[in-house]
Amino acid sequence: MTRAVVALGRRALRNTFRRPQFLAPLVAFPSLFLAVNVGGLHRTTTLPGFPAVHGFLDFQLAAAMTQSLLLGGVSSGIAIALEIEGGFFDRLVASPIPRVAIVLGRLAATAALACLQVVWFIAVGLIFGAHIAAGAPGVLVVILIGAVAGTGFGAIGVMLALRARNASTVQGIFPLVFVVLFVSSAFFPRDLLASPVDAIARYNPLSYIADGMRDPIISSISAAPVLEGLAAAGGVALVAIALSVAALRTRLREA
Amino acid sequence: MSQDARIVRALMRRALNEILRVPGGAIPGVLAPTIFMLGLSSVFSAAARLRGYHADFRTFVVPVGFLQGAGFAGAATGVNLARDIEQGWFDRLLLAPAPRGVLLTGIVASASLRALLPATMLLTVALVLGVHSPGAAGLVLAAGLVMTIAAAAACWGVTVALRFRTQQAAPLMQIGSFVAVLFTTAYAPHRLLSGWLQAVSDVNPVTYVLEGVRQGFVGSVSWGHTWPAMLSAAGLLAFFATFAIRGMRRTGAQ
Repeated sequence: MTRAVVALGRRALRNTFRRPQFLAPLVAFPSLFLAVNVGGLHRTTTLPGFPAVHGFLDFQLAAAMTQSLLLGGVSSGIAIALEIEGGFFDRLVASPIPRVAIVLGRLAATAALACLQVVWFIAVGLIFGAHIAAGAPGVLVVILIGAVAGTGFGAIGVMLALRARNASTVQGIFPLVFVVLFVSSAFFPRDLLASPVDAIARYNPLSYIADGMRDPIISSISAAPVLEGLAAAGGVALVAIALSVAALRTRLREA
Repeated sequence: MSQDARIVRALMRRALNEILRVPGGAIPGVLAPTIFMLGLSSVFSAAARLRGYHADFRTFVVPVGFLQGAGFAGAATGVNLARDIEQGWFDRLLLAPAPRGVLLTGIVASASLRALLPATMLLTVALVLGVHSPGAAGLVLAAGLVMTIAAAAACWGVTVALRFRTQQAAPLMQIGSFVAVLFTTAYAPHRLLSGWLQAVSDVNPVTYVLEGVRQGFVGSVSWGHTWPAMLSAAGLLAFFATFAIRGMRRTGAQ
């Protein structure tokens, strides 16, 4: 089982890196969004109610990471859907490996990619003048929350691909990434959000994931936001993995 | 009706039929600009408290949604073409006794029409929520600019689809219009942008298109904002059409 997961994970990761034109958007979109948000709205840190931050870039880094991880999830879904469309998925199913390894292998690659995505944004932030207030331990905390959340988002993408079975439908999820982000406190402090988004954000796990990754960047590591972030990311991952495995079983029954 | 016009119409009808027959793929693109407008105005509404906005944040970003919808429509056209290439349908289309230019016109024109769907949805929701009506002249101008930008985005999508020949290239199709629309005065008036973004927005032709669409929402339509918008939109279409035409010619030669 472990060998199959590792082998499939390595294959998925290698495929991703062999096509940089498809990997680039995972970091390019959020990086561009980050640039536009910071360039256009940098003066909002002077608004009453905005938390004390070194700059708007520090505040926005966690939003960019969350967005990138969500796009990574969509990308994982598209990759699985294309394997279904191309017939490779059926050959995997026929091979002598535990079938759940097909899902877990893809998620292992997604988790590794998530770590790299988080590191990318930390590097970009530092290059353009951001400060990581909690230092190296803070960076590790951000990577940990990002890896768990990325795995969860990847599992959602896999589940959608197994249900939809075509890449264009999974691709259609792309705009919805923004929906779930907009109804969270990823981009702006919860106290400054308009109603009813401020209320919805309170129940959106993305708010806690983003705030958990943001806390070590804008202040020293605080137990509450970091633990809430980890719990939210872990919860999303557990539920999504269970749903993706269930979707796999349904698909195999119908095949 | 000439044979070429019939082919263009058939390709447009086929593309529009997909919206009804594959709603799972089309609905997100139609809803996205509205969702984006609602989301942005909910998240960043407090930004309009800064001096320099002459409207509430929702009114300010409605035109951004129009252009995003045009970009999504163009990208969707590219994705659909990539799918047709993958499944072999496009090869059969190339065997048909129709000039490449006519095939391209049909594909691109369908994007222009398709862009009116998200724009209509966005406008309806925005007006219901109390956004200032741009008036008849503002609406006609906005529709024309949106259709032209959608055609330009579709030309980019077609170029990418013909180059990579796979739906996996979809993000590349989307990122062009995404960047072009956002690196403008999308979120804030020019004087509130940071220095580097001011410089980029000054040379980005989509800024002028955006201001052309926006003028009716935040004030009145004037020729001073209209002609730069029309010129920029036409220039963008001509620029990207050049690459799409070259891609079609190369595809035929392979």
